[in-house]
Amino acid sequence: MYSFDYQKAGSVADAAKAATGEAKLVAGGMTLIPTLKLRLAQPSKLVDLGGIRDLVGIKAEGGGVTIGAMTTHAAVAKSADVKKAIPALAVLAEGIGDPAVRNRGTIGGSVANNDPAADYPAACVALGATIVTSKRKIAADDFFKGLFETALEAGEVITAVSFPAPEKANYQKFRNPASRYALVGVFVAKTKGGVRVAVTGAGEGGVFRKKSFEAALSKSFDAGALDAVKVDAKGLNSDIHASADYRAHLIKVMAKRAVQAAR
Amino acid sequence: MPEGTGIGASVRRREDGRFLTGSGTYTDDINRPGQTHAIMVRSPHAHAKIKKIDRAKTLKMPGVLAVYTGEDMKVGGLPCGWLVKNQDGSPMVEPPHPALAQDFVRHVGDIVAVVIAETKQQARDGADALGVDYGVLPAVVDTRAAVKPGAPQVWEQAKGNICYDWGLGDKAAVDAAFAKAHKVAKIDLVNNRLIPNAMEPRAAIGDFDRATGEHTLYTTSQNPHVIRLLMGAFVLSIPEAKLRVVAPDVGGGFGSKIYHYAEEAIVTWAAAQLKKPVKWTAERSESFMSDAHGRDHATHAELALDKDGKFLALKVETLANMGAYLSTFSTCVPTYLYATLLAGVYTTPAIFANVKAVFTNTVPVDAYRGAGRPEATFLLERVVDVAAREMKMDPAEIRRKNFIQPSQFPYQTPVALQYDTGNYGATLDMAMKMADYKGFAARKDASAKKGKLRGIGMACYIEACGIAPSAVVGSLGARAGLYECANVRVHPTGSVSVFTGSHAHGQGHETTFAQVVADKLGIPIEQVDIVHGDTGKIPFGMGTYGSRSIAVGGAALVKALDKIVAKGKKIAAHLMEASEKDVEFKDGKFTVAGTDKSKAFGEVALTAYVPHNYPITELEPGLEEQAFYDPLNFTYPSGCYIAEVEVDKETGSIEIARFVASDDFGKIINPMIVEGQVHGGVAQGLGQALLENCVYDKDGQLLTGSYNDYCMPRADDLPSFEVQHTDKPTPCTHNPLGVKGCGEAGAIGAPAAFMNAVCNALGVAHLDMPATSEKVWRAANAHMARAAE
Repeated sequence: MYSFDYQKAGSVADAAKAATGEAKLVAGGMTLIPTLKLRLAQPSKLVDLGGIRDLVGIKAEGGGVTIGAMTTHAAVAKSADVKKAIPALAVLAEGIGDPAVRNRGTIGGSVANNDPAADYPAACVALGATIVTSKRKIAADDFFKGLFETALEAGEVITAVSFPAPEKANYQKFRNPASRYALVGVFVAKTKGGVRVAVTGAGEGGVFRKKSFEAALSKSFDAGALDAVKVDAKGLNSDIHASADYRAHLIKVMAKRAVQAAR
Repeated sequence: MPEGTGIGASVRRREDGRFLTGSGTYTDDINRPGQTHAIMVRSPHAHAKIKKIDRAKTLKMPGVLAVYTGEDMKVGGLPCGWLVKNQDGSPMVEPPHPALAQDFVRHVGDIVAVVIAETKQQARDGADALGVDYGVLPAVVDTRAAVKPGAPQVWEQAKGNICYDWGLGDKAAVDAAFAKAHKVAKIDLVNNRLIPNAMEPRAAIGDFDRATGEHTLYTTSQNPHVIRLLMGAFVLSIPEAKLRVVAPDVGGGFGSKIYHYAEEAIVTWAAAQLKKPVKWTAERSESFMSDAHGRDHATHAELALDKDGKFLALKVETLANMGAYLSTFSTCVPTYLYATLLAGVYTTPAIFANVKAVFTNTVPVDAYRGAGRPEATFLLERVVDVAAREMKMDPAEIRRKNFIQPSQFPYQTPVALQYDTGNYGATLDMAMKMADYKGFAARKDASAKKGKLRGIGMACYIEACGIAPSAVVGSLGARAGLYECANVRVHPTGSVSVFTGSHAHGQGHETTFAQVVADKLGIPIEQVDIVHGDTGKIPFGMGTYGSRSIAVGGAALVKALDKIVAKGKKIAAHLMEASEKDVEFKDGKFTVAGTDKSKAFGEVALTAYVPHNYPITELEPGLEEQAFYDPLNFTYPSGCYIAEVEVDKETGSIEIARFVASDDFGKIINPMIVEGQVHGGVAQGLGQALLENCVYDKDGQLLTGSYNDYCMPRADDLPSFEVQHTDKPTPCTHNPLGVKGCGEAGAIGAPAAFMNAVCNALGVAHLDMPATSEKVWRAANAHMARAAE
């Protein structure tokens, strides 16, 4: 890696102030540190959020959960509040990376990074989550802007992610056998406002909602309702692991399995 | 003999304590006083002319001590260890292999320059700042594409990118057999290219002693003496007496650490230039683009059968990718380690193989666990399954019908090898029983009820191990002998140091070899130390590969131990005032037949070093013996593996429901270690068949250059293997231990067994490895479409 300055932020305000110019925030570092080791990034400074206690923790609120940005995947996976309100979210967290990643990686870091194959963006979009920052509250639909792109502005720090509880939900991930990221991941949620379906891993622009599935499932929340819905391979990734056609096929298979397993 | 530590006992691995607690000493753990750090500047292009290297900026950077390029390092090239001849008798094309590129680069990762600085970070900064101006040239990467007319040329002297066009067998006999064949089973397959990925990346430290003029190389090698020979004699012109090569604890090799690599020569040479130690440790990304890769064959084969399913003849045409340069063993892998195994365990009377080795703009390809034998086994066991399918015969039945029978040994195959012994029906029977082969139909029905496809597949492998007789390999083009050396030093109080040329890098030699000593000398295993991996300590050695350590190195050890016992008898006879011919040695005691006279091994050892009462006029003091062992033949381990898979038609995912292995390794020293070797080998074989694949894009960029894209098998990809040694072993007939070697069997037999199961599940004749979910999904869909018609 290139050399850089390091600052351990004491508060969200400190972090927001420090995160300017070429400085970078580091949460769990599960993506950033490998990137630095490969010299693919050259930040002037790393601002470490690891010392801000306020950012860690899970609160049950209004039937849903609010998860502090620095809460690890492992903590989400084993949280009784999450398991009670949104069991699918606990299962999703349990399936991220490997034990080392789950014990270091955080929800805030994952959401801010917006890796096109990450799991959390699918949960945020399908559940209609709200991303809470040092400046404002952003609806998940408005937050994820494309490959590694989000609505975050310079000096804006994610503090929490709030998930309303769905009636039913499930996440089905078909793993890339090498990276174990989602080759295709589909999060289906039956919410008060209708059915929401979010797909990760497959889209050229990262997470996206599958509106045609939502329409069919809103009429009848049954896997068979998707049989007649065509999935276009246009706009889907094609790489050495899977063609766009195969990903299109898997989106439907995973969505049907998610509907069947939703609870 | 102390109970439970001799031959045949599952002694716990004595070396694991240090490996598992992080107290091993690997090359990167070694730091020399005044050490400097090297970073290799590697080509980002698959094929280019180096127009200019501007080192001015780098040389001004903090801590940078030197930048060396091919212009500075005008030394010998890295040699290829095996000369293969064309069918017309002319020698192969053997292009130069400079340590630092001379004018041209020929694969991504080719070393253009080395930057040496006081710290690694400074060297890295200096390397980043080095200005290299390339003129990019067209590249060829695909094995089949390399021989097409108009393909970019990797080497001017290798027309059509052909390194050699080699043949083995009786072509006329094969053609005659095909003319009268009842059926011909055909197959076209690719044996996928693999990246070895030893857990420890390669590393090297060059050191130079100004006072003595002695060079030392610490390196992650499977065979330090061979590195000393190749680097000293061919590359740097350093006499052996002034060059020490140390290969300390090595974290896995799988073949990739057999070869002499450029980095070893660069650090050794640079250390002498700078008069300072120079250290280099590969980053994982460098390993992907600089460790020799494995496999990479494209093959067409045809098997002729009579109406009863007897094999009449086999013809094979293989293109083997060599990469851009000829690595140390590269040329012998697809020839002498591949085509000679094409008889397999069968009586096929006529075989002809044509192998063309081709150059491409890729990392050199060389031996990888199994080396040629997995390629031969995969091809043969796949085409046998295709034949069974066409003949509508059970795969077990067609194999059994064609087995070489126990009464036929020694058996001369039509492809040069003579098998000494074997019992292929026994391992097949055992594996079928272990796998409940008869119950498969019911399990298939149960899977079908769940909407899943189920398949079963087997492979009966044989391998030529214990590599091997020097005279034989010499006649085949080897430029070195392939014996092994052992030195046994009995210390005055009776403890023993063994100095062996067999290097250990995970195999457990420190346990297995010590068991042989404890058994033969009747002393506690704690009294035995196994020393390896240092040319300054070990008399000589040819290293570890080709499952040769116990069969060749272990046999050398037995020969040296026999000499110790013989000398001990002389000393004991003197002490007991008996005739030497009446002295017997058993369980650590010298006794005189028909008397109660007895001398313990320790007393005899002490006498050898304190020779107060000693036959000094006839016998030298001391108790240390050395032996070289050059076997008369290869050894031939064999066995039968059966895989059972369940396929999810909707996604193409495969679950390995069961994997059973029945092996015949002859005599076994440590059953637990052998079982572990089979487990590891099977995991690697299944890795190749299910997950691993090295992919370059058409311009020669490595797309699978990290674990994000190169899929290593993980524990949860694999079932719990069921591994058993045959109940009817056939010990090797020509080495003193009766051992055959076991290190590669798993990787040799597993891919075919697995792919046969996958093809069986899908109802297809063939699917190329790896069986990725998309490939399987497509095949399953095509199958369902056919079934619907």
